[in-house]
Amino acid sequence: MNRFSSILGPEGCGTSAHFRRRTLLGAGAGLAWLTPLSQLLAVSADRKGSSSRPKSVIVLWMQGGPSQLETWDPHPGKKIGGDTKAISTSVKGLKIADTMPLSAECMDQVSLLRCVTSKEGDHERATYNMQTGYRPDPTLIHPAIGAVLCHELSAEGVEIPRHVSIFPEAWPARGGFLGNKYNAFKMYDPAGPLPDLPKRVSEARFEARMNDLNVLEASFAKGRRADLEANKTLHREMVQRARTMMSSEQIAAFNINNVPEETKKQFGDTPFGRGCLCATQLIATGVRCVQVTLGGWDTHANNHDLQSARAAVLDAGLSATIKRLQESEQWEDTIILCGGEFGRTPNINPAAGRDHWPHGFSVVLAGGGIQKGVVLGETDPMGTKITSETAGAVRVEDIHATIHSALGIDFQKDYQTPIGRPMAICQGTPIPQVLAEI
Amino acid sequence: MWLKNIAFLSLVTIGLASLANWLLMPPKVQALDQPVVLRSNDFDSARQAVDRQFHAAWAEENLQPAHKAEDLTVARRLSLGLVGTIPSLAEIRMLEQRPEADRLQWWVDYLLNDRRYGDYIAERLSRAYVGTEGGPFLIFRKRRFVTWLSDQLMANRPYNELTHDLIAETGLWTDHPAVNFVTATVDQDGTKEPDVARLAGRLTRAFLATRIDCVQCHDDNLGGDLKQSDFHELASFFREAENSFVGITDKKGRPYEFQYLYANETVTVPAQVPFNQQLMDEEGGTLRERLANWVTHPENRPFARAIVNRMWAIMTGRPLVEPVDDIPLDGSFAERTLPAGMEPLVEDFIDHNFDMKRLVRLIAATEAFQLDSRAEHEVTPQHEKLWAVFPVNRLRPEQVIGSINQASSLHTLNAESHILTRLVTFGETNDFLKRYGDAGEDEFSQDAGTIPQRLLLMNGNLVKERTKDNFIRNAATKVSQLAPDNQTAIETAFLCVLTRRPTSQESEHFLAKLNNEALQTRRSQDFEDIYWALMNCTEFAWNH
Repeated sequence: MNRFSSILGPEGCGTSAHFRRRTLLGAGAGLAWLTPLSQLLAVSADRKGSSSRPKSVIVLWMQGGPSQLETWDPHPGKKIGGDTKAISTSVKGLKIADTMPLSAECMDQVSLLRCVTSKEGDHERATYNMQTGYRPDPTLIHPAIGAVLCHELSAEGVEIPRHVSIFPEAWPARGGFLGNKYNAFKMYDPAGPLPDLPKRVSEARFEARMNDLNVLEASFAKGRRADLEANKTLHREMVQRARTMMSSEQIAAFNINNVPEETKKQFGDTPFGRGCLCATQLIATGVRCVQVTLGGWDTHANNHDLQSARAAVLDAGLSATIKRLQESEQWEDTIILCGGEFGRTPNINPAAGRDHWPHGFSVVLAGGGIQKGVVLGETDPMGTKITSETAGAVRVEDIHATIHSALGIDFQKDYQTPIGRPMAICQGTPIPQVLAEI
Repeated sequence: MWLKNIAFLSLVTIGLASLANWLLMPPKVQALDQPVVLRSNDFDSARQAVDRQFHAAWAEENLQPAHKAEDLTVARRLSLGLVGTIPSLAEIRMLEQRPEADRLQWWVDYLLNDRRYGDYIAERLSRAYVGTEGGPFLIFRKRRFVTWLSDQLMANRPYNELTHDLIAETGLWTDHPAVNFVTATVDQDGTKEPDVARLAGRLTRAFLATRIDCVQCHDDNLGGDLKQSDFHELASFFREAENSFVGITDKKGRPYEFQYLYANETVTVPAQVPFNQQLMDEEGGTLRERLANWVTHPENRPFARAIVNRMWAIMTGRPLVEPVDDIPLDGSFAERTLPAGMEPLVEDFIDHNFDMKRLVRLIAATEAFQLDSRAEHEVTPQHEKLWAVFPVNRLRPEQVIGSINQASSLHTLNAESHILTRLVTFGETNDFLKRYGDAGEDEFSQDAGTIPQRLLLMNGNLVKERTKDNFIRNAATKVSQLAPDNQTAIETAFLCVLTRRPTSQESEHFLAKLNNEALQTRRSQDFEDIYWALMNCTEFAWNH
């Protein structure tokens, strides 16, 4: 069994009928935006016996540490609240920051966790913790949630990378001990061309180059291990798969230029908004995990203004993503996770900033298998720390366990790591109030 | 005025062309004086001791070793291993002018005296010492730390002394950069103090190639005899390390308290080492100094084994014992619990006062290091495993980009390169690394490449920029315009990118390509295509 057989589906999948059917939509129709037909045509690798379960995750990643007090958990009029005002939402009694009016209307569709706690207060370590569900361990690298999904769920019929990071930040999601083939494919603003995908020369020259390459590969193979390519380098196979991707019709999912202006507007005319829009297209094509990053949340100074500006960008992107998934009937197939590596201190520092705070911050979960309209916990008005011992606290690993449960992944299953130590996919406990019956 | 400009530009172009021309002419080997690189007798006997063990291991498994690789192949390995890039055309010309007898020894010495050696090995070692995380804001100076480490390596400071500094140094992280080993673990959002547990784990892995991290939270449940107390008693040696505005100091008498698993209360944990306790000074100096003395004690063999294994891995792409930081404490070659080569290398390293450059020379001189990765007989994974052929190993991202940059310049890119070249290269390198993906600390992983990596090499900016029609910057263009004939041009391109000459089949193929009228490409485009193919083949991306 070839170790890489699952990365882009079986060989020869490009000839499979469902891609050809796409051409019926005509060039320029993109993904036949959100018509029931696109549902018929979109690839979805059903898992045996559980086709109703969600199959993909969209991570809206707020890099830098979004302040819970300027977003999901405002405390107007209190010392810790700063200048943030609150507005009512579609969930009775729940108020969120007034910078997010569009999301306020969607709160009855999501689960809001306002009592998340971790032990990591450094950006890099906390990012690792949130992405993998584990604290950094110098002896091995744990796989990010997208890598686990790709490893656990089928790849049938997908010719493009199944794990994508839009605006990868300094620490992109990795495959870790599952192998770097599960690393996220990195891309930037979908308004521009996809990096490294278009050929740099004419088709004729490219073909001649590939011919040259074959001559060099034949030389290198001579006298070396017969199984070098098949069991070790996989170099030629990767070249071949890269070519498949370059010519795949599925790369249309990366292109948002054919989407109606009206739709683009809903997501907000921002790189993040375009990233969210692209994420919904990728999910429809069979991509397992898309992470869209919105940076700029690390507000040690001038916290209120900076956070409010970021929250407005998030508001449009998140609310439009929810609506889009619901309209296109991908809602039950997808889980949305929205959060950053930690929150920010209840105490406001002399530079009018807030510092790092892993002791009670907010994360939003939504989509297939996630309860609607649930709110757990809140920031203590006195600014008391929430720790893993606090009653009702949600640990980072619990969020991972919840997502895996919703996806039908046995998260207690042990992986054999290269260092010989068995390692469970996740060490948390699913949050019962958040998990819906599937 | 414009006449002056034209004259100046012409002069520059002529100058560049003539330099390139000199490089493009096939070299004439000059008879030099007697070889200048001398070796003592005990160097040869140490090398023979290593070779003997490998031969014994091969005989035991009935493995026929490969022949010695060609000099240029070994030179490429050495260059990749010691300065992180392939040799330049200029270097190849120099190398081939040396008499065969001392060619490789001369090459090792040449590389060891190049600043790139210090910089590159420091970067590799620093990953083991402080990891690849950014570390605490402001008080951790990674760049300063790596520069200091590079200075030590260039001066060939004995490795035991260097390590002693890392463990026990006091002072500010800027003027005593060794303290960054401790500073890197300072807890930013809690105590603002060094993290004794992380230091204990880091110390044992980096300096003793022993993993006791697994008993940080519970006794060993994988069949080992380590206890949770072993870990925390070692960590206790760092309990007095204090972080303040004067840097890292030691506060006498500060206790370390910890609550063990299943215990009802915290206890004060004494400082105690987990093995070789007889080598520990009973008193004298700070706790960290005593720990440093114990770690670097000549009889504490795990210390020498750890660096021998890591240097072997850096130079070949694969450690003698895998993983690189997990060597059995009580192993030996006689019992086959340590692999061939390890013990004689360790003996020599300790006997010669932890001399790093000597260790490099010795590894480079061994038969195993110089074997071909090909053979006339059938090569199996077992041959690779036991070094009966040189194992094919994936290059690290820095080596790939260093090699792309070097292959596109006829001259050596080093500290003397023009500042503009270095600035541009630095920016592009960072961007490339981000897209290619960094291996982080798991740098000897034998994982295969990925599709995004292939796409980056096939269609990315860097390869395009380094191969396109640009007479001032790119070797591909210079070779296409200045080589006296097609055969020389193709040979030069191969030397620049793959550090070897083409086979007859390859020559034939590429000569036909140059004569092919069907594609209607310019000659400079033909060479852009040839360079593209050379940079995209397995041979370029793997050490062999």
